[in-house]
Parts: sequence; C-alpha cells; structure tokens
Amino acid sequence: MTCDEARILLHALLDNELDAGHAREVEAHIASCPDCAAEFAAQREMQRVLADTDLRYTAPASLRTRIEALLPQPQRQQPTRRSVLRGFAMGSAVSALAATGVVAVVLRQDDQQRILSEVVSAHLRSLQAGHLTDVISTDQHTVKPWFNGKLDVAPPVIDLTAQGFTLVGGRLDYIDARAIGAVVYKRRQHVVNLFVSQTSSTEYRAPKTETMQGFNCRRWGNRGLNFWAVSDIGADELAEFVDKFEAAMKANVEG
Amino acid sequence: MPATDDLQKAQRFREAALPHLDDVYTLARYLLRDAADAEDAVQECYLRALKHFDSYRGPTMKPWLFAILRNVCNAEYARRAHRPSAIEDTPGAAEQTPIWQETETSPETEMLRSRDAGAIRKLIDALAEPFKETFVLREINNLSYREIAEAVGAPVGTVMSRLARARAMLRAAWKAEEEQAR
Ligand SMILES: [Zn+2]
Repeated sequence: MTCDEARILLHALLDNELDAGHAREVEAHIASCPDCAAEFAAQREMQRVLADTDLRYTAPASLRTRIEALLPQPQRQQPTRRSVLRGFAMGSAVSALAATGVVAVVLRQDDQQRILSEVVSAHLRSLQAGHLTDVISTDQHTVKPWFNGKLDVAPPVIDLTAQGFTLVGGRLDYIDARAIGAVVYKRRQHVVNLFVSQTSSTEYRAPKTETMQGFNCRRWGNRGLNFWAVSDIGADELAEFVDKFEAAMKANVEG
Repeated sequence: MPATDDLQKAQRFREAALPHLDDVYTLARYLLRDAADAEDAVQECYLRALKHFDSYRGPTMKPWLFAILRNVCNAEYARRAHRPSAIEDTPGAAEQTPIWQETETSPETEMLRSRDAGAIRKLIDALAEPFKETFVLREINNLSYREIAEAVGAPVGTVMSRLARARAMLRAAWKAEEEQAR
C-alpha cells in the first residue's frame, strides 16, 4: 500500500467503513510508516474533539409549523366521546329511554378502563390528526427540556434506539382532562406512544397488557409515575419495549 | 376536504420525513451559511420531497432528502450569481492534488485545543465545496459512505478522497488558527 492510498483509507478505518481485510492492510501500513501513523493519530484526535462538540443546528419551530402547513390536513375531527354521546342523545330513531341506557353503558366503566380508553383514543388521534409530535427529535437531550415548564413533572425521556425503539419526539396530550406528556417512539414503521402522568402512589405496579380497539396497551406504575405504552405492535414486542425502558430507567437512577 | 389517499400519503410523508428536519436544516445552514436562506431552502426541499414522495423507494430517507436539498441549494447558488456554484459535479484542480503533500507530516502529534462550537462551525464554513458538504454529511449528519455517495450522486471512491481532503484542510486551518492565537 502506498502512502497516497493510506492517506485516504485511514479515514475509512477511522469511520469503521473498511472490511476486516482492508482494515488489516491499512493498520499494517500505519504500523510501518511514521508519517501515516502521525496523520492517523492527528485525524483520530480531531474526530474525538469534533465528536465532543455539538455542531448540529436545530430547525426553528416556525419552520416546522410552515412545513406542517404545506401538508394536506384532515378536516374531519375525530369524534370525541362527548360528540358520540350527543349523537346518541339526538338520534331521532333512539328513544330517550334507550339513549339513557346507551349512555349508562358508555359511562359505566371503572376509572382504569375509562382512562385506558382515553389513552387509546389519544394514540389514535396522534396517528390520524397529523399531530404525532410537538417536538421532533431523536435526541433525548432535545426532547426532555422541551417538556420543562409545560408539565408539572416532565416525563423521563430515554433514547432506546440501540435497543430497537427509535425516539422520534414528544407531544403534549390530554388524558382524564389533564395535560400529560407523551414520548413517541418508532419500531420499524409502527408508532409507540408512551404516556406518562404523575401519581400520588409511589408503589410499584407490575406491567399489565390490555387490548382495546386492536391496540395493545401496557400500563405500569413506578417511582410515582403512571405509564401507558400504546401501539399496534404485538404484545410481546410491546412487553419488550417496557422491559427495555424500565431497564434503562433503572440504569439512569442507579448510574 | 382532501382525498383519503392524500391524507394517508401526507401522514406517511410526515412520519418518514419530518423526523429528519433538524438534519436537513443543519446541512442547509452549512451549505448556505445563512439562517433565513436555509429556512427557505428546507421548506422548498420538503415541498419537493412531498411532491415526489410517490417515487421514493428507499431504502433510507435521509440521503434522499439531502439529494433534494442539494438541488435546491444549487438553485440558490445560481441566484446568488456573484458566488460560484459551490457544489460542482466535476472535480476541480484542488480535488486532484495529492492529499499528503498538503498536510503536516511531522511525526509528533500535536493535540488540538478544544474549541467552542461557534469557532469550529466557522472553520467548517470556510471549507471549499465539494469538500464541505462531504465533511458535514459524514461528521455531522452521520451518513455512511454509501449514503453520502447516494446523496451527492458520486462514486464512493470520490466520497472517500473528498472526505480525506476535507479533514486534512480542516485540521490545517484549525492548527493555523491556533498558531496565530499563540
Ligand atoms: Zn505511509
């Protein structure tokens, strides 16, 4: 290998782009050529300094809004539960008595069940209304501060890209008439919404999966927070997501 | 009310393209060196990307968006008629100069002092094209060599030699500035 070749290939070595055979060749040249060894060391040093510096820019929120506005927007509102009820109440074919019965069926759910249905509705809304994220970033250090000041307690934002769930952003949502943080992940093309709310109970509640309207929802409680992970991925994958998230949380708390 | 197809397409586009907005904006800032021009270019890029989204076949979104952004920026360079087209498809003389003659070959490695992001951005901004875009795509946008080749429409070998040049020039400029500061 000539020095000319080495001066180009040493970058591919730095960037981990070489197959094992070529990597060995470049390493052998560097080991026997002081000039190329010095260049390699210098470039590695510069790459390290660059990696320690945030050289990216963040797109202004106004630009994101302008681009959102370019996209066709759904005109149709998702029916809220209230409008469903109103629909029942006003339906001319439904007698007042029957309507009352229907209303009772819709309303008579325990709190958990009602909140679960709100969580699933919020998940559906996020997919259909073109409002998946308020802040779009794969960087947890961008998403986390975004929640500060918008909620009493900012949800934990953990990058799980290495674990197979890509962080795509965060969103403010409403569950049980309260503002709540939603952290958004992607598994392949599937969206996982992780809703997080504060709770007075600090006791651990083990994860439990329920299915509603074809979506899996796994909910659990830990460290004074309630979590709902909702997605159309399989129950086993969603359980994996929750395990990875909890493991990362644990590592963060203990680390 | 838009047709359901359009809405579904818009939704798919949103999910595929919008997560890369910061990346696209970052490249635009380095290519155009102006915040307002970068915003305009990124908006135009997304508009064109949506229009051609049907023809997008993957595999990865980022190089495709970057390729569109480059076209938009080339138009912007043409508009700034007093400036040369910064992204050339034919290698200039600078590209054919051997790299190693240009660089420091003293065996001892001097450590670079850590600099704040603003100072480093200035050094990067001063790099000539097509070396700057290659460097930014690799070092800041984290593209693989193959993805860079796809984005800029050049062979991987060309990408590799441009990157080597870009880094050699950046390090030389960096060191020269440190010498001056001494
Ligand atoms: Zn050598």
